[in-house]
Amino acid sequence: MTTISQIEKHALNIRRNLLKMIHIAGSGHPAGALGAADIMAALYLEIMNYNPKKPHDENRDILALSNGHIVPAQYAALAEIGAIAVSELWTLRQLGSRLQGHPVRTLLPFMEITSGPLGSGLSEAAGMALGIKMNGARRFVYVIVGDGELDEGNIWEGAMFTNKYALSNLIVFVMRNNIQLDGDTEDIMPLEPLSDKWRSFGWDVSEIDGHNIKSIIEAAERARAIDNQPSVIIAHTIPGKGVSFMEGDYRWHGKTPDAQELKKALEELK
Amino acid sequence: MSELKSVRQAFGRGLTLAAEKQPSIVALVPDLTNSIGFGEFAEKFPERFIQTGIAEQNIVCVASGLAHVGKTPFMGAYAAFSPGRNWEQIRTTICINDQPVKIIGSHAGLTVGPDGETHQALEDIALMRVLPNMSVFAPADAVEAEQMALVLARYNHPAYVRYPRADMPLVFDNLYKFEIGKSYRIRDGRDVVIFTTGTMLAAVLEAAELLKLKKIDAAVVHFPTIKPLDEKSIVKYARKFSRVITVEEHQIAGGFGSAVAEVLSADQPTIQLRIGVNDQFGQSAAPDELLDFYGLTAPKIAKKIKTWYNV
Ligand SMILES: Cc1ncc(C[n+]2csc(CCOP(=O)(O)OP(=O)(O)O)c2C)c(N)n1
Ligand SMILES: [Mg+2]
Repeated sequence: MTTISQIEKHALNIRRNLLKMIHIAGSGHPAGALGAADIMAALYLEIMNYNPKKPHDENRDILALSNGHIVPAQYAALAEIGAIAVSELWTLRQLGSRLQGHPVRTLLPFMEITSGPLGSGLSEAAGMALGIKMNGARRFVYVIVGDGELDEGNIWEGAMFTNKYALSNLIVFVMRNNIQLDGDTEDIMPLEPLSDKWRSFGWDVSEIDGHNIKSIIEAAERARAIDNQPSVIIAHTIPGKGVSFMEGDYRWHGKTPDAQELKKALEELK
Repeated sequence: MSELKSVRQAFGRGLTLAAEKQPSIVALVPDLTNSIGFGEFAEKFPERFIQTGIAEQNIVCVASGLAHVGKTPFMGAYAAFSPGRNWEQIRTTICINDQPVKIIGSHAGLTVGPDGETHQALEDIALMRVLPNMSVFAPADAVEAEQMALVLARYNHPAYVRYPRADMPLVFDNLYKFEIGKSYRIRDGRDVVIFTTGTMLAAVLEAAELLKLKKIDAAVVHFPTIKPLDEKSIVKYARKFSRVITVEEHQIAGGFGSAVAEVLSADQPTIQLRIGVNDQFGQSAAPDELLDFYGLTAPKIAKKIKTWYNV
């Protein structure tokens, strides 16, 4: 069992490493990734039944990252659990790298889906959860989606499907950071009342502070105990979390920190 | 003309037969079960049959996820909407992902008939054959369709199969063996060679008979696999005949004829007549009327070939 303060340390490392990765690569999406670091750390270090030495184990839990653009947070988390070497992180987005700009399943055994084009990951995870249920196995499929990603119709097709088949082994984290590429979500395409939307689609809904490790773990525990409907955890997060000049500013959705900015950010992330 | 038989029902039959031996097989349909020939499977294996409602984007992603946990999904819909509406999801979650999902595009081509141009997929071969990892198939009749289902059940990569709503004349007998990537010489001839795929085979054979009356002796080669294309045979026939004709129930642009032209232009530059739908949409009418209007009946095909041959 990993302690909360240990998980927090891993989350800090994830933040530091993902910023370095994006800086070296010269492109990427820091805001959403920084906001997801705590959930990534909690999933890999505590919540999921996952052994990086056996990435194809038939009993493993699955993490399907639907908002693929924040994958540097996942790569950095994989380095924390020893799945990949820290040195490989610096190959992000380079020719021949297993660490593609958006996740490609066939290149890296720890990736469970290929994503980046927004909106398809929930449905794909639903297929996995259904297959697992058909096999009579007890395994969980965790999905991370962005809030802007919820603009996609495909998400709501998947939400209906998951409810129809009562896929209680599927748990969605919505990264509710209120930003997307062009601005604030409520300006671009209003999502509220977001909890009501999910509830009306037949889901169990909880809302948490997505930076509180204890809340994240407890919400997942609660969701796993529900056995007749799927669960969504709306994780209120701060885009750019941990870096003062990035926090809450949608312009850091897809902007690369330069050397000066990286230095400043790493000073804050200690 | 020989007996007409439902290609849809035959493919569904093959799917059911395959599923009896292969527990990993599941079938998915977006509110079109009997319409595309999956009714028998749904009845026989209700616990392996997945009804998604009218959601073509969702259904291919779900199929990809099922494949990821060891299932062999056959996902069927109307070709106009799948791959018509969900091409990107197919590309990302099935092709880049290299998941062994079989996508069935039923109601392909003009022979959908009265439902009209919105429902007549004439672009699906083009959409699917450009995707890496994807293979593309088009059976000519019921015998071939049933075999195709059985063979593809054991194929461990993405596949797309297009077939028609209309019943097709039987061309093959029970001795026929479908193999992925192989072309089949159905008729010998001395003057020209006609390459065809899917639903056009019977009409092309009839056209060859009509041409014979006009002293043109045409060989006919059928390509149930559009990708990977039997390139060796294409080059071999092109060397022998020096003139090639392709016939398909699809847009001329990007389809089977284009695939043949790509091979020939690289390996054996050959004059080619491409017969198909020429940069137009279909329209509402009876299937036979449509095939006639768009020049895809045996007499129209024969006439086009004769004019071209004599120039
Ligand atoms: C289908 C699709 N359309 C557009 C994009 C381009 N895109 C990438 S991220 C993004 C915004 C996503 O918003 P959100 O999920 O809230 O992510 P965040 O900005 O919070 O990281 C867009 C429009 C895409 N990747 N996929
Ligand atoms: Mg967002």
